[in-house]
Amino acid sequence: MGSYLFRVRRAAHVNSPLVVAVWAAITILMASPAFATLGGDIASVQADQIHMQGSRRTTAAAAYTLHEIQAATGTVVREYVSSDGSVFAVTWQGAWPPDMHQLLGSYFDQYFQAVKAKSGTRMARHPLVIEQPGLIVEMGGHSRFFTGRAYLPDRLPSNVKAEEVR
Amino acid sequence: MRTRILLSVAGLLACWGSVGCGGSPSSSTKSTSIAQASQNVVPISVNSGPAGIYVDGAFASATVCIPGTSNCQTIGDLLVDTGSSGLRILSSALTVSLPQQKSASGNPVAECLPFLGSYTWGPVQEADVQIAGEKASSVPLQVLSDTDFKVASGCTNFGLPSADTLQTLGANGILGVGFFVQDCGTACAQTGSSNPGLYYECPSSGCQVMAESVAQQVQNPVALFSSDNNGVIIELPAVSSAESTLSGSLVFGIGTQSNNSLGGATVYTPDGFGNFSVSYKGKSYATSFIDSGSNGYFFLDATTTGMPVCADASGFYCPASTQSFTATAQGTNGTSGAVSFSIANADSLFANQSDSVFSELGGPAPNMFDLGLPFFFGKNVFTAIEGKNTPGGTGPYWAY
Repeated sequence: MGSYLFRVRRAAHVNSPLVVAVWAAITILMASPAFATLGGDIASVQADQIHMQGSRRTTAAAAYTLHEIQAATGTVVREYVSSDGSVFAVTWQGAWPPDMHQLLGSYFDQYFQAVKAKSGTRMARHPLVIEQPGLIVEMGGHSRFFTGRAYLPDRLPSNVKAEEVR
Repeated sequence: MRTRILLSVAGLLACWGSVGCGGSPSSSTKSTSIAQASQNVVPISVNSGPAGIYVDGAFASATVCIPGTSNCQTIGDLLVDTGSSGLRILSSALTVSLPQQKSASGNPVAECLPFLGSYTWGPVQEADVQIAGEKASSVPLQVLSDTDFKVASGCTNFGLPSADTLQTLGANGILGVGFFVQDCGTACAQTGSSNPGLYYECPSSGCQVMAESVAQQVQNPVALFSSDNNGVIIELPAVSSAESTLSGSLVFGIGTQSNNSLGGATVYTPDGFGNFSVSYKGKSYATSFIDSGSNGYFFLDATTTGMPVCADASGFYCPASTQSFTATAQGTNGTSGAVSFSIANADSLFANQSDSVFSELGGPAPNMFDLGLPFFFGKNVFTAIEGKNTPGGTGPYWAY
């Protein structure tokens, strides 16, 4: 998260159009493979697989391709890729949560701000259900078991229901 | 403190050989009686906690001592959590200076443990732990602090905020008395990419993931007690709707004393992750569980339950009128039984600031049932520790 914010800040503070363009290009080049899973393209699935040092199995459904990555830690991550080649949903299940920064990519900050905002005046430990404009994240479980999903409701293929994403 | 320990030891000795020690005998049917405080019983209280903000949180105290000494501190308001294993204490609540665990290369060891909605971070230290009359020596525990060591990026990448202060934890610590002997287990003892990255060694240059041996990991203190170490019972009375406080008992051991017999309780065994199955309206939810550290009945979603989530209290249901539900729990051993409960409007419940005990509190949980503290009201719930022999079979299991 730190390096991402740093790049944005630098890009906003330089004046030369050329420097801005170079920074923008570098940002895009760096961001695409490392920070583009949910909402990203098919290459980001590959990046996730490498990051998790996992094995990948691909199955085709009518409206999407499902990439199931078994991470070296045993956690199973599923990435749903629509026919236009973009990841519209990710799910996970395993003993511990996945690297959410990697998995949510450019949606991480929106998710994390929502998690921090969800406190209220009373305190309780309970599953997370984050409903943001254009982003749904759910997480449940307990120590040694975590499961959840994140999806982009506006980018679900028209014939895919949210319940299908598990 | 020395006097207190001596008294406790004297009490323990007096207990040995005494027939009636440990409260009333259990009946042969399901018992809902609450054991009296004794050598294997520590009181628990459901209240708003030390920060005054908790709902449906059960708290107990434990004593930690510098190993091998009588230099001790009793710490109250520890959240009693059957959903995790290990003792975790806020650095800000700790006044005794406990020895820091070191890695093989001599660096201090720290840990990141993700929970639902937050993580705990801080150094692993060791203490002799005493709860009621039960004692365990040199128990690795976690001291919660974001400042002793800089939080590792692998920890913040879980995408959760930290809960290492009184305001963010809502308790002085967590007393994890769940299924497992260690908080992580064999996975964290491995090197390379199969290690989930919870344990770190922290030279001055910064914390790096390390392989932490199973014995060095943060341990469920109950499993290390010299006796009554095969599990716990949480005993809480029934609650009609809302109360300010509720008193009960945390009992150590299953079938080891006259006050902790399994009686007629039904044993439900979990899968390897610590889950069992709960079915509702013909559909089975295989990743369901019982967890005293969850603070309500959390299950399914607004569409399936027909209850909207609250406008104010995030994470809870707010039905227009109280709704009743009946589901069926099933262990991997094939036992099954009905789970019946009601859910009221959480915003209405929370409006009375003096109430912090709610029998009808609930919220959404994706595709599962998370049976939290209200599930424990009015019944004795046994949690047997993995690998430990009990009259109900080898742990892990729940029984109630």
